[in-house]
Order: sequence, then structure tokens, then C-alpha cells
Amino acid sequence: MDGHHAVRHAAHPNRRRMLIGSGLALAGLAAATPLALAALPENGPAGRAAPDGPMRFDEVYRGRRIQGWTEPVAHHGPGGGEHHRSGGHGHDRHGGGARVLVDGRDLHLMRNADGSWISVVNHYQTYDDLRALARGAVDALDGAALIPLA
Amino acid sequence: MRRNQATLTDAEKQDFVEAVLALKRRGRYDRFVRTHQEFVMGDTDDGPRVAHRGPSFLPWHRRFLLDFEEELRGIDDAVELPYWDWTVDQDPEAAPWTEDFLGGTGRAADGQVTTGPFARGGGRWRISVRVDSRDFLRRSLGAGGVRLPTRAELDSVLALSSYDQSPWHSRADGFRNQLEGWRGVNLHNRVHQWVDGHMATGASPNDPVFWLHHCFIDKLWADWQRLHPGSGYLPRRPTRDVVSLEEPMRPWGDVTPADMLDHTRFYAYDTDEEEGEGAGAETETGAEGDPGA
Ligand SMILES: [Cu+2]
Ligand SMILES: [Cu+2]
Repeated sequence: MDGHHAVRHAAHPNRRRMLIGSGLALAGLAAATPLALAALPENGPAGRAAPDGPMRFDEVYRGRRIQGWTEPVAHHGPGGGEHHRSGGHGHDRHGGGARVLVDGRDLHLMRNADGSWISVVNHYQTYDDLRALARGAVDALDGAALIPLA
Repeated sequence: MRRNQATLTDAEKQDFVEAVLALKRRGRYDRFVRTHQEFVMGDTDDGPRVAHRGPSFLPWHRRFLLDFEEELRGIDDAVELPYWDWTVDQDPEAAPWTEDFLGGTGRAADGQVTTGPFARGGGRWRISVRVDSRDFLRRSLGAGGVRLPTRAELDSVLALSSYDQSPWHSRADGFRNQLEGWRGVNLHNRVHQWVDGHMATGASPNDPVFWLHHCFIDKLWADWQRLHPGSGYLPRRPTRDVVSLEEPMRPWGDVTPADMLDHTRFYAYDTDEEEGEGAGAETETGAEGDPGA
């Protein structure tokens, strides 16, 4: 519970920007995505992950495609594809078997000990829910494209 | 002497800003951003952790700030890091957010900082270590209803007598984790969120306020030591995945938490003397410097 008041922030991203920025957000996008929250069905119970259970979502949020899934966890399981290099100790995945893509690009994320997540664009804020994390990232990106981590 | 940013003269603010800009121009600033980002992404609750979410959060950032300050002093040896006491200076229109210092909040449309020396338009502050396509500094001070911590909240954390506790990560009890903010009232993390923009990301040192924020966090560690002379850094013995008192920290390899305990070896804070009264400077140093205390 504690530490998670931050999640409220997640649910109310910068509203000003949401209104004003939505044009911008759409501007640079692949044209394929219909406006606003396209009618993709919500997957699973509000996209909420069971602590270590599989979960999957694929939706368009604010004009951007977000996909996420968790794999039954082998914590240091094999590769996260083109994942980044980390703090120099050969640890190459931190999502506890989870991945999130924004318009097909990997969002670096990490699982906290209490099961919540953070992402590289919201690194001091915890999300209980992987979909909320992905939406929070879209809000923070505000139309910008993720670039591969150097 | 590291001083409260609210007490800096105009000339001191300008000297600080110019030194930071010079580091950026010489290509030395971005190495700090990259290092920080790498540690942010590499430090995990279920694996090795050095800079964040573990006991060495405080000594790691102390050393990191020292490195940065040393670079600044290579440019202008009068410059020292100022600290931002966010329990007092909470007005997003006042220092440090003024035109002559760090500049203000970002504009509504895209969060872009457009005032002050670090505005993209000034041509002196381009974000190059980044995770997305935007190359301008961003902030949204207080966005989303985040409030800065109050003095009462801070005092509640300073009152905690144990430095850190098993399991030594983001779920631990104790001073370090509540100061860092993964549990409890949330101090350090919340300030990152309040500033928002780059400060909310792993590349947070892209915003120069990073240094003022962490300088205050560093000072709070010193304040805590003074309040709890009988408590010291933990763990003292080698412990899986974390840096114990006498073990070296990456990336330096030759710096241990024990080396970092006594800030007065390296600098003073403007409040050291007033707060040192009563305890006595020698006792203080002795207590903090002695792992067995
Ligand atoms: Cu940090
Ligand atoms: Cu920080």
C-alpha cells in the first residue's frame, strides 16, 4: 500500500498535456491507428496481472499501440531480445519476465520486490498494473518515439 | 561550503550555471547522465544493486556528486554544489526555478523548458543521452497533483533509527528506504516525480536540479547521522547482492561505503556548525567513522 500513492498520479497524468498534447501525440504516428481508444477489447480483468501469472494486452492508447505480456517467471530467464546493457554486471532482464512495447519498441521496465513495476520513462513511480505502466509511458512520451537504449 | 540554494547570490548562481554549461559543452556532462541511467536500469531488487534500492544508495550518490563537483571545480574552483530544501522552497515560480538559475517549468504543450539557461532555444542544453526522440529539457513542476514533501514528513523519516534493514531493497524498513521513497511517506522519489519530465526518468541528471536535489538528500544523511550517533551504515558484513560497509562500490572499485560516511572529509554544509553544537564535532565524527559504534 505504502509507496503506491504514486499510482494515483499514474491514473491522472498531466491533464493539460493530455488535452493540448493529443494533436502532437497523433502527429508523428503511423497512420494505421484509428483515433483515440480504438475498440480493442480489454484483455483480462482490467489488464491486472496475477503476481506471477501470464497476462497480455494489446491496445491503442492515445493513438499508440501498446502491447505487454508477462511470461511465467523464470526470473533470470533467457534474453529480452535487443535489451540494453545494464549497470555493467551482465544482468540483462529486469522485468521479471515481462515486456512492454510502445509502437513495437521495447520499453525498459523493471519489477519491484512487491510485484509492482517501473519503467525507464517513469522510474520513480510504481505501477501495480502493467497496462497502467504502458499507458503512463505513452503519457510521458507525449508523442515521442522510444529509441533503443545506447 | 555547500550552501542552501536560497542563500546564493546572483553571482554565485551564475557561476554555478556557467560551470555546468561548460561541462556540457566539453562533453563531460553527459557521461554522468549515462552512468546514472545505467545504474538505474541495472540495480534490481532481485539482483545486484549499488546506486539505488539498496543500502549503498546514499554513499553511491555521495561519491557520484563528489565526482561531479570535482569536474565543476576544474572549471571554476569557487563553485560548490548547492542544495535545494524542497520542504521550504516549494514555489514553482521561485528559486531555484528562476530565469537566472535553473529556469522554470515546461510549457503546457510539450513540457519543454523555454526559460533560463537550460532552455533548448538558448542552444546550450541539448539532451543527448535519452530514451526517446526529444532533445529538449522537460519539466512539469507539480503536475498530476504530486506535492513536495513537508518538513513533518521529512522529520518522520529522520527519526528512524535503523539505517537499513534486510532484505535491503525496495521493501526494506529503515531510514534509507524511506528516504529513498520506495516505502513510507516517500521523499526522494517523490521529488523526482514532482519535477517530472527528465527528472522522472532514469536519465534524471539531464536536469541540473538533479544535483541540487541529491545534494539535499546527501545533507539529510549527514543530518540523520547527527541525530543517531549510535547508528551506522548497515549491513556491516558481506551480504548477497548489496554493498556492505567495507566492500567496494561499482563503478569506482576502490570506494567503499565506509569511505563515504564522514562528509566533512570532503566538504561542509552551511548548517554543520549550528547543528553540531551539543553533540560536539569530535564525537560526531568518531561515532560515524567507527563501524563498531
Ligand atoms: Cu540516482
Ligand atoms: Cu534521485
